[in-house]
Amino acid sequence: MSDVTPIRTPAENALIAAFPAARKSLPGNAHVIALREAAFNRFEAKGLPHRRVEEWKYTDLRTALRDALPLADALNVADAAALAQSDSCLSSGDAFAELDAHRVVIVNGHFVPSLSSVNAQGVTVNDLAEALSTGAGIDALGTMAKADDSALALNAAFMQGGVVIDIAKGASVDKPIYLRFIVMGQEARAIYPRVLVTVGEGAAVTLIEAHQGGDGIAYQTNAVVEIKAGAKSHIQHIRLNAHGDAAIDLSSLGTDLGEAAEFKSMNFVMRPALARHQVFARFSGEHIKLDVSGAALLKGKQHADSTLYVDHAMPHGESRELFKHVIDDEAVGVFQGKIVVQPIAQKTDGRMMSQAILLSDDATMYNKPELEIFADDVACGHGATCGALDDDLLFYLRARGLPKPEAEALMLAAFIGEALEKIENDSVREALEAQTQAWLLARAVK
Amino acid sequence: MLEIRNLHVSIEDKKILNGLNLTVHDGEVAAIMGPNGSGKSTLSYVIAGKPDYDIHDGEILLDGENVLEMDPDARAAAGIFLAFQYPLEIPGVATMTFLKAAMQAQRKARGEEELSTAEFMKRVRDQAGHLGIPQDMLKRGLNVGFSGGEKKRMEILQMALLEPKFCILDETDSGLDIDALKVVSEGVNRLRAKDRSFLVITHYQRLLNYIVPDTVHVMAHGQVVKSGGKELALELEANGYADYKTLAA
Ligand SMILES: Nc1ncnc2c1ncn2[C@@H]1O[C@H](COP(=O)(O)OP(=O)(O)OP(=O)(O)O)[C@@H](O)[C@H]1O
Ligand SMILES: [Mg+2]
Repeated sequence: MSDVTPIRTPAENALIAAFPAARKSLPGNAHVIALREAAFNRFEAKGLPHRRVEEWKYTDLRTALRDALPLADALNVADAAALAQSDSCLSSGDAFAELDAHRVVIVNGHFVPSLSSVNAQGVTVNDLAEALSTGAGIDALGTMAKADDSALALNAAFMQGGVVIDIAKGASVDKPIYLRFIVMGQEARAIYPRVLVTVGEGAAVTLIEAHQGGDGIAYQTNAVVEIKAGAKSHIQHIRLNAHGDAAIDLSSLGTDLGEAAEFKSMNFVMRPALARHQVFARFSGEHIKLDVSGAALLKGKQHADSTLYVDHAMPHGESRELFKHVIDDEAVGVFQGKIVVQPIAQKTDGRMMSQAILLSDDATMYNKPELEIFADDVACGHGATCGALDDDLLFYLRARGLPKPEAEALMLAAFIGEALEKIENDSVREALEAQTQAWLLARAVK
Repeated sequence: MLEIRNLHVSIEDKKILNGLNLTVHDGEVAAIMGPNGSGKSTLSYVIAGKPDYDIHDGEILLDGENVLEMDPDARAAAGIFLAFQYPLEIPGVATMTFLKAAMQAQRKARGEEELSTAEFMKRVRDQAGHLGIPQDMLKRGLNVGFSGGEKKRMEILQMALLEPKFCILDETDSGLDIDALKVVSEGVNRLRAKDRSFLVITHYQRLLNYIVPDTVHVMAHGQVVKSGGKELALELEANGYADYKTLAA
């Protein structure tokens, strides 16, 4: 890689120009301002990631982000409540509408208490914007993900709001905590939400994220969720990306796992034009179990990238990764999985699998698994498959009377179902199965 | 019921069926025997509509209608059923889900009403009971991890539920133990009816003691080279195919 800084793109210039004003108007005490500046400097030095940055090889943001958009305005609470009445986005399209959960609503990057209700023993939810100003409860902010990533840096520089969630030691949260991120408004804006979750020792919680926004609006989101998993905590995290069909969505999940923690995370991608989801997981104790999975249903010219960085820094860790892509039309799927096993991380057990079904000749899947193993007593493996639906299976189903679209839908639902099986909460899994069925039905009648 | 006239079929430039003629009447059980590689499975696939084949000439008429123009699912709805020589495993598709989807799809294609879940469950329970298929097998992925014999029973279960009028059994007896052979044969015999015909492909005369055929056809080199009554099977059992191998070559 060369050290020559490429010519700045219009988007880079706009981001650089926007920062001084944003720094003043965005929430944050002196410590947070310093954090924003350090992050901004990192971004300024590196620029937007492009194809020669290995981690971003297949998702070139220099090309994809033609311009940087103005930040979405801070909402005042009254506006949000009014919007809630009028905007169709809020009233409809909630994949988890039926879910019995504690709800946290974040509109255009801002926590909206009037639309949220969390009333569970051992759970506190605070407005991140306030916490950034007071400095309360945000010591762990920015510590959980690989610092030199440009998308992360941009979020740290421009983060507007979100929530800080604390799950007390030993708490077993009765219902899922459902974070509903909504992008509203007809103007395309940039939105930088941030969430920090601290899960106490031995606590158990299911966290759900659903992201949605209007179709046809080329807004840009860059969300970061950090989860600090205490020792022996049990966390299930499910993220539904149902952003609008013209949206560009960058998202990062950073987690620091304590001893014997069990953490399962799934990302489900449906609609946005471009989606990049990156997971940074660090094993900070022994006997940790990590399960990261993803499913994507892509069509048109969609592009969805899942990139993992799993750092086995302690012995006796187990990691499982399963990624499933169904790719139609000219859509592109990307899976990059890097598993690092540090010299002391003996007895690491890691298995990574990426499977893709291409439904059209113009569909593309890029797979890049990477194992970097520095310990000798480990069991690690990876595999990748990519191809069309099996013709013989298709014939078998059709010979039993299933028309081609139905036979294909049955096979595709089964394919995606293998990933959805990992979701422990029945209603959550059923909600995503319903999303899958809706996608398959739309395809079948196409 | 079924009439095949002068059928010429090849796959990947390899000629497999060479002007095959065969007629199966209403209610008839026709057995087909013939050496390995003579084209028996190919014939069954072509009747069921597998897309891989080049059909150069000929017709397959089901009650007078040429099925060669029809998609496999349309043929299934029209009453053609193939019990596969090698049933496929479909991971992630629960057997029950599959059975229901297949039954409803065929009913829909024929313009019939959907079956209620209760009625569906009842039929499955009854037929599975006859065939000695335990309920928990129906919850598993279709054929996934089933033994060879279990897969064959599952094919017969599907046949019994779908109630086709033309049933092709491609070596359904292979892989079955002695008891299972009886159970499966009884399953087939229960379905015998005036308006339902069978094409039973087998290598073993023993099956034909249980499923007694009306006619026996010998296939060699992609043709039916001899037809006769059930005694023809006994003759083959005694003499093998030596005569027929030379006959058509
Ligand atoms: N995809 C294919 N490509 C090339 N040749 C094929 C293909 N499928 C079948 N054949 C050939 O066609 C011939 C007939 O095969 P088929 O399976 O119909 O025989 P069969 O009579 O069913 O044999 P068996 O008794 O062993 O089941 C064989 O020589 C086989 O190798
Ligand atoms: Mg055969």
